[in-house]
Amino acid sequence: MRAKITVTLKSGVLDPQGKAIENALRQLGFDGAAGVRQGKVIELDLDGADEAAARATAEDMCKKLLANPVMENYAIEITH
Amino acid sequence: MKAAVVVFPASNCDRDAAVALRHATGVAPQMVWHGESALPDVDLVVLPGGFSHGDYLRAGAMAARAPIMAAIAEKAAAGVPVLGICNGFQILCEAGLLPGALLRNAGLDFVCRTVSLRVANAESRFTRAFDKDQIISVPVAHHDGAYTADDETLDRLENDDRVAFRYVDNPNGSARDIAGVLNEAGNVLGMMPHPERVISPLLGGVDGLAFFKGLAA
Repeated sequence: MRAKITVTLKSGVLDPQGKAIENALRQLGFDGAAGVRQGKVIELDLDGADEAAARATAEDMCKKLLANPVMENYAIEITH
Repeated sequence: MKAAVVVFPASNCDRDAAVALRHATGVAPQMVWHGESALPDVDLVVLPGGFSHGDYLRAGAMAARAPIMAAIAEKAAAGVPVLGICNGFQILCEAGLLPGALLRNAGLDFVCRTVSLRVANAESRFTRAFDKDQIISVPVAHHDGAYTADDETLDRLENDDRVAFRYVDNPNGSARDIAGVLNEAGNVLGMMPHPERVISPLLGGVDGLAFFKGLAA
């Protein structure tokens, strides 16, 4: 199984990198660009064929290392 | 005072911290590798600055899960003073020994200069060399130094007098100008500025020497 974990900053948390990207997009003429937020994607393989078990393992990984609950949210996608 | 300095892969202020401690206490600290599972019998544990594990994932994230961290948490719970400087502060937050987190500087730049700090709490064992509201000069050198926590946590830190230092002129976007925070018991301090870099006039200042001497007294 393949897990795709998307980590994003919580909505209230200042994201200077997202702001810098937004400014650059506007300089390129994308006037409608707003609310840019930068996150990260982590992909990994997991043993086994049980999707629920894979999801539980990925969830455990997020809680123990991959995301910091003080400032980040995460979403998990499991594919075969 | 017997001290231990914990060395992580890509710590780079560990030797400076050791020199500062030796200067202030007259005794060379023990250097402890992050892969160890026990700490020697010491009166102070220092987590030095640097870029442990290359700051990958999040600054301090991997180091906070190092084998030595359980022993550090045990010492902290037993009341032994634990000091985290810069990357050490990030590691203590990531390990849950201090509240909040350190995010990318608001201006995005790596900030490397001497800043003025206001001593917000002069009662703690870390800050007793100073007077309340005294202004001291200490260098910062970091990319991820914006202290962040939810409002409730920030209120609690302020109400419980757990803000040790504040920036006079905030260099990184830290919430409420916070440069250093204490844990609830007051025996764990995390700070972004580097007191170990100002222990001699030759290095540009001596406020850091006062800090370490106060801690060792």
